[in-house]
Amino acid sequence: MALSGVEIFKLLPKTNCKKCGHPTCLAFAMKLAQRQATLDLCPDVSEDAKKILGEASAPPVRPITFGTGDRAVKMGEETVLFRHDKKFVNPCILAVEIKDTLSESDITKKTEEVLSSEIDRVGQKLRIDAIALTNVSGDKAKFEAAAKIISSKAPNVPVILATTDPAAAEAAAKLFAGKRPIIYGAGPVNAEAMANIAKAEKAILGVTAGGLDELSALTEKIKALGVEDMVIDSGAKKAKDIIGNNTLIRRAAVKKNFKALGYPVINFAQRDDSLHEALIAAVGIAKYASIVVLSSIEKWKNLVMFTLRQNIYTDPQVPMQVEQKIYKIGEATPDSPLTITTNFSLTYFIVSGEIENSKVPCRLAVMDCEGLSVLTAWAAGKFTASKIAAFIKESGIENEVKHRELIIPGYVAILSGSIEEKLEGWKITVGPREANGLPAFLKARTA
Amino acid sequence: MAFVAPKETYSGKVYQVNIGTGANALSFGGENVLPFNAFEGAVPNKPVIAYEVQDVPPSDWPENVQKPYSSVSGDPVTWAKFCQETLKAKAIALRLVGTHPDRENRSPEDAAKTVKDVLSAINVPLIILGSNHAEKDSPVLIAAAEASKDKNCIIGKAQEANYKTIAAAAMANNHKLIAMSELDINLSKQLNILITQMGFDKERLITDPMCSALGYGLEYTYSVMERIRLAALTQNDLTMQPPMLADVGMYVWKIKETQAPESEVPLWGNAEERGIAWEATTAASLIMAGAELLIMRHPKAVSAVEKVIEELV
Ligand code: SF4
Repeated sequence: MALSGVEIFKLLPKTNCKKCGHPTCLAFAMKLAQRQATLDLCPDVSEDAKKILGEASAPPVRPITFGTGDRAVKMGEETVLFRHDKKFVNPCILAVEIKDTLSESDITKKTEEVLSSEIDRVGQKLRIDAIALTNVSGDKAKFEAAAKIISSKAPNVPVILATTDPAAAEAAAKLFAGKRPIIYGAGPVNAEAMANIAKAEKAILGVTAGGLDELSALTEKIKALGVEDMVIDSGAKKAKDIIGNNTLIRRAAVKKNFKALGYPVINFAQRDDSLHEALIAAVGIAKYASIVVLSSIEKWKNLVMFTLRQNIYTDPQVPMQVEQKIYKIGEATPDSPLTITTNFSLTYFIVSGEIENSKVPCRLAVMDCEGLSVLTAWAAGKFTASKIAAFIKESGIENEVKHRELIIPGYVAILSGSIEEKLEGWKITVGPREANGLPAFLKARTA
Repeated sequence: MAFVAPKETYSGKVYQVNIGTGANALSFGGENVLPFNAFEGAVPNKPVIAYEVQDVPPSDWPENVQKPYSSVSGDPVTWAKFCQETLKAKAIALRLVGTHPDRENRSPEDAAKTVKDVLSAINVPLIILGSNHAEKDSPVLIAAAEASKDKNCIIGKAQEANYKTIAAAAMANNHKLIAMSELDINLSKQLNILITQMGFDKERLITDPMCSALGYGLEYTYSVMERIRLAALTQNDLTMQPPMLADVGMYVWKIKETQAPESEVPLWGNAEERGIAWEATTAASLIMAGAELLIMRHPKAVSAVEKVIEELV
């Protein structure tokens, strides 16, 4: 359980020397309790206190960086069960399985699919993060050969080396020396050997067991062997068990500070049917997986997975706003209609979606109203005639369009006269009240 | 330290709602745990997916979701029968979109006739939806509710602007009722309270906190649903205990990702598979947030979600 401010205070030097940048030790203790400061700011804290505080203040799910360089991905650090409480921290890693039974050309092809998987979506670069090489052949030489192809074609992509054979794991891990791979496959039988390899190769160890009791015992044993960085697999394959075990693991870590399960979770979602696999992956993404392994990465599927991951991991506290500007929808020309709405992101999504639906190219002026919807912004005095007029004038739109007609939402029809007064030379047209009236409205204008 | 499963017991539960009559009647809701957490409580029913059918041809649906219905969608009765017989629909959602003043502006009498005709052709439960025009929905849904009296349908959607007439019609004709508000737990709660204050039984309600498509606000719907469900379970808030609806198809099949051909956006891959996956993923995410009733369009998306539900229970 996390310590309270007062409990932390008792462990500090109590000299109020201010070296930590806080006026008193108590003030610093309070910041520590809220995770708004880190202990290293106090130079005088005792070793004993460091140990106690370090353990107590460690995030409930251990932070681990997988891979190195630009493509390194962070896992863990999660602190809540529900995204409305606080932002989920490190987005679920998507990995694709490459079986070592594939031919050299197929391995190369799949590796290249990973390298070219990057898509830009609302300003974020999204991609398949990692490759999971699986030792399906059971043959060490085959595993090593496949690892060689991957390490030469995609030297920067984080890799999961999945095998239960310590010798195969060691041989493959040497090809990724210094690159923080995951060696996955430490179970009750081979734990010691696998732990030693992970330690020697400075790799993250993937631990797998049949159920949560066995898994907890195993991570404790491996930790005692000196491996700190682990990802855990409860053995869940069925969607029901993925939700059940992932939920219990997250709860144990977050609510009970149960260290033996305080590690990022890996789920294997592979299915014969690609759409079914996508939905199993969705279960993992929504419900606490830090890594989901897929068997195929078609472009349509990637876009779906990336978008879901982005949605689940957005910050619920950030006001739901989009940038104030004039958005072009479709192949808008200087003659295309100009509409206006507020910058509440849902309003924007819905209005732009309906305009797109109409297939009528348009410009959509999105005005900053502090993330309020049209009616609320109008009621709050943020979507008024003078503000709209000022925004249109300053936007430079007069150089972009040939016409001088602005379509306003039906809900603020009342503003049309006063906007016309303030925006000289412009004609104001009242559009539909609801966005779903836009397609009919826009189509009727062009007919 | 030995592992002790941190199980929860909640003080509240979700009402179980049953719809339809006879052998094909269905129940949903009824659980006393978070979605699919059967390891710590009772999950007596699976989420139900209803196939969406319209009173007018789906000319506004994207090509890829019109296609599976191209030979039947000219007429709502044939369309509904096709869903029940060929697609094995467990429920049908008839959307009277043709009554919208900006569309065909069909009359309440037309709507009532369509409802009667569809009901006589099918034996699975029916959900009857207006065109989402607050004013017009009142007379349309009153007529529809009368035309389907005692068939134990779901009528929707009652919103703040029109709930009185629609709830009264649902009550008088022994139907269940969808109460919809826009993505705000407090608005949902308030509407449910207003409706029950009219004497409408809260155990006959279904809450629609408003759906959003993947990539277009899904996270808002997801979190509002999670919060409603937590209020129902942890606070035993009776006004938040009706099961929830996700009206998925309508929101998914109007965004760019379900329409743009691959030739326009090569990085997005095959358009048909993308659209199906978009609908299925939106639905699968929302059942994890607590939706027990879904309205969907593409047969392949429906079967994929049904398959995942089988794996989840
Ligand atoms: S640096 Fe350490 S001892 Fe000095 S005030 Fe801060 S917490 Fe107290």
